[in-house]
Amino acid sequence: MISEAQSGVFSRRTLVVLMEDKPGVLSHVTNLFRRRNYNIESLTVGHSETPGISRMTVVVHANDAVLEQVIKQLYKLINVTKVTDITDDAAVIRELALIKVHATGADRAEIKQLVDIFRAQIIDVAHESLTVEVTGTEDKIDSMIEMLRPFGIKELTRTGRVAMVRGAARTNGDR
Amino acid sequence: MRLNGAQILWECLVREGVEVVFGITGGAVLPIYDEMPKYPVHHVTMRHEQAAAHAADGYARATGKVGVCMATSGPGATNLVTGIATAQMDSSPIVAITGQVATSALGTDGFQEVDTTGITLPITKHNYLITNVKDLARSVREAFYIARTGKPGAVLIDIVKDAQQAECEFEYPEQVYLPGYRPHVRGNPRQIKQAAELINAAQRPVIIAGRGVLIAHAEAELRALAEKANIPVVTTLLGKSALPETHPLCLGMGGMHGEAYANWAMQEADLIFGIGTRFDDRLTSTASTFAPKAKVIHADIEPAEISKRIRVDVPIVGDARNVLQALLPLVREAEHTEWLECIAKWREDTLAHDILWQETDELVPQYVIRSIWEATCGEAIMVSDVGQNQMWEAQYYLHNRPGGLISSGGLGTMGFALPAAIGAAMGRPDCRVWVVAGDGGFQMTLQELATVVQEKLPLKIAILNNGFLGMVRQWQELFYNKNYSGSPLLGPDFVKLAEAYGIPGLRVTRKEDVVGAVQQAEAMEGPVLIDFQIEQEHNVYPIVPVGQPIHQMLRRPIKVRAQSAACERQGGEA
Ligand SMILES: Cc1ncc(C[n+]2csc(CCOP(=O)(O)OP(=O)(O)O)c2C)c(N)n1
Ligand SMILES: [Mg+2]
Repeated sequence: MISEAQSGVFSRRTLVVLMEDKPGVLSHVTNLFRRRNYNIESLTVGHSETPGISRMTVVVHANDAVLEQVIKQLYKLINVTKVTDITDDAAVIRELALIKVHATGADRAEIKQLVDIFRAQIIDVAHESLTVEVTGTEDKIDSMIEMLRPFGIKELTRTGRVAMVRGAARTNGDR
Repeated sequence: MRLNGAQILWECLVREGVEVVFGITGGAVLPIYDEMPKYPVHHVTMRHEQAAAHAADGYARATGKVGVCMATSGPGATNLVTGIATAQMDSSPIVAITGQVATSALGTDGFQEVDTTGITLPITKHNYLITNVKDLARSVREAFYIARTGKPGAVLIDIVKDAQQAECEFEYPEQVYLPGYRPHVRGNPRQIKQAAELINAAQRPVIIAGRGVLIAHAEAELRALAEKANIPVVTTLLGKSALPETHPLCLGMGGMHGEAYANWAMQEADLIFGIGTRFDDRLTSTASTFAPKAKVIHADIEPAEISKRIRVDVPIVGDARNVLQALLPLVREAEHTEWLECIAKWREDTLAHDILWQETDELVPQYVIRSIWEATCGEAIMVSDVGQNQMWEAQYYLHNRPGGLISSGGLGTMGFALPAAIGAAMGRPDCRVWVVAGDGGFQMTLQELATVVQEKLPLKIAILNNGFLGMVRQWQELFYNKNYSGSPLLGPDFVKLAEAYGIPGLRVTRKEDVVGAVQQAEAMEGPVLIDFQIEQEHNVYPIVPVGQPIHQMLRRPIKVRAQSAACERQGGEA
């Protein structure tokens, strides 16, 4: 009978966390990740379909044992109502990025073409720059960024992952 | 009924059954203190907020009820922090109430403003910042519910001053609605069945009982199970008295300073059944070397404790009492004769090396503790501090009374004993309460002697005075080449100190005076302090060096061969 959270391979796991929308809840969650030394890659939070319940998507770098602890520790928080690991579920995963890219002269047309290929959008136009909005999987956003990088990225923001299981199933209800 | 926030707070406290509050007033709680005299709650004015939190904790541990402490904003709140963390680590239900600057000053670094909820977030089970008086009653109701249910813990309520003064309609919420908080009390029947199968198949089972057994009042159930299948029981420090310590199946405390036979039993076991314990590192040492031959059943009320440190074969989430009740009919009677005989042999071997069997005229602390044990028939509430004194108490006071030991296990907070004993004595005036402290820890909170006198508490205070931060000195002796850096400690004349507070003081410097002094203290009505000037460089044995498996302990070097028959055998410790 051996110990500790060392077994298993580390990979990215996606959790959907539902919690009561009360003051301080988010700091409880983020503090938990910090204090227990869990490695989070992204965290997004917003309203869910139920009033008073927020929905958070967390991507954590973990193995099975660590993930089990993350889930249990999240449940230990008084205002967390439901934690679901959707890593292995068929899920729609999306992220949004805004990219302000240096654009003058002929570059502008080229950027426009790239944006079309990625089904992204130009949402702001200035003399020396264009702002691109792109939605999709992290991979898609990574490649969009790589394609735009040679033109000169002036500013970049990414939302982190939001996710939802495909089909009729719902990720809610009580635990 | 229209009330202001301060009145609402007291109304709620009274309805929660609060009879005593430990605290210190200040600017940000003035409205609360202004209303206090109107309510049937006794306020114990402490001399430091840390002590107020320890007193609430001691009260909670002694009574099983929620302990309450109160402090002002800023330094009042920060002084509470050590006490809150101590209670939280040991699953002791307390509610801490702090005042906060007015809403208009929040976040401005105003006078005596600190982010109390931010600071206490990682050391509480839950906390609240109340900025609207309308949220107060519900939050207080929830706070008490959260503190005492599930795995009990510390909850803090920080109330801004204007919310204490603002009025609203008061209605006491009869129900709590916490959709995210539903402690699992009953174990899963399938897992309980699996556990019973493992227990029935085991040849060398050991139960490890933690404080969870005491919190759930499952002592009778534990005893019934242990006796039915003849399973020896090791306890954690805080699990002591889960089974009477003079019971033949009780092996006492295991772990870093556990008796050799208790540790050997765990290491040789083919089944470990941990109940109400978190398999803390002081019990298991390096987790990968713990109980290498055993399958593990782990029952605890908190799912997050299971598989946290030790990989478990059968997890059971539930309250110790429910789980044991469900298990009992499924567990078959068994003798385990060979196993118990084997443990008995180990036990004799270690007994033979017990220091109390060795002939010595030295004033050794073990003898002091054993004398207190005899004088109190093992029935006192012992409140120990931290360090060597704590371990000697644990080794030589055999606790038969459930909950008879109050000590800071998880956080190991020096200075805990005296204020916690104040709380215990307030909560259990029917019990004899003894304090056992080192000269170091005692000096951290000795200002509370004034509180002892103020509340007329008949505390018996034993200082095991070795002139050192003894446990640290011991580690330096054993692991740092006797480099006593920072561990020698000057102390006051404790007898004169006690007398300055109006408490009779006794000094004991010779072994032959120990029993007399203890009996004298027992016979006196009020508080007493005894300064036991013990051997200065005396060690706690056995000791498992950090990182070693728990069967590899350093044992007491035998200096004097005793003449009693039991000591003719060979071996090595205690
Ligand atoms: C508040 C706090 N500070 C420091 C320590 C570290 N520490 C653990 S035991 C110990 C020595 C305790 O000395 P004393 O109270 O005299 O007890 P003894 O070990 O001598 O019995 C120290 C400093 C601690 N546990 N708590
Ligand atoms: Mg000392």
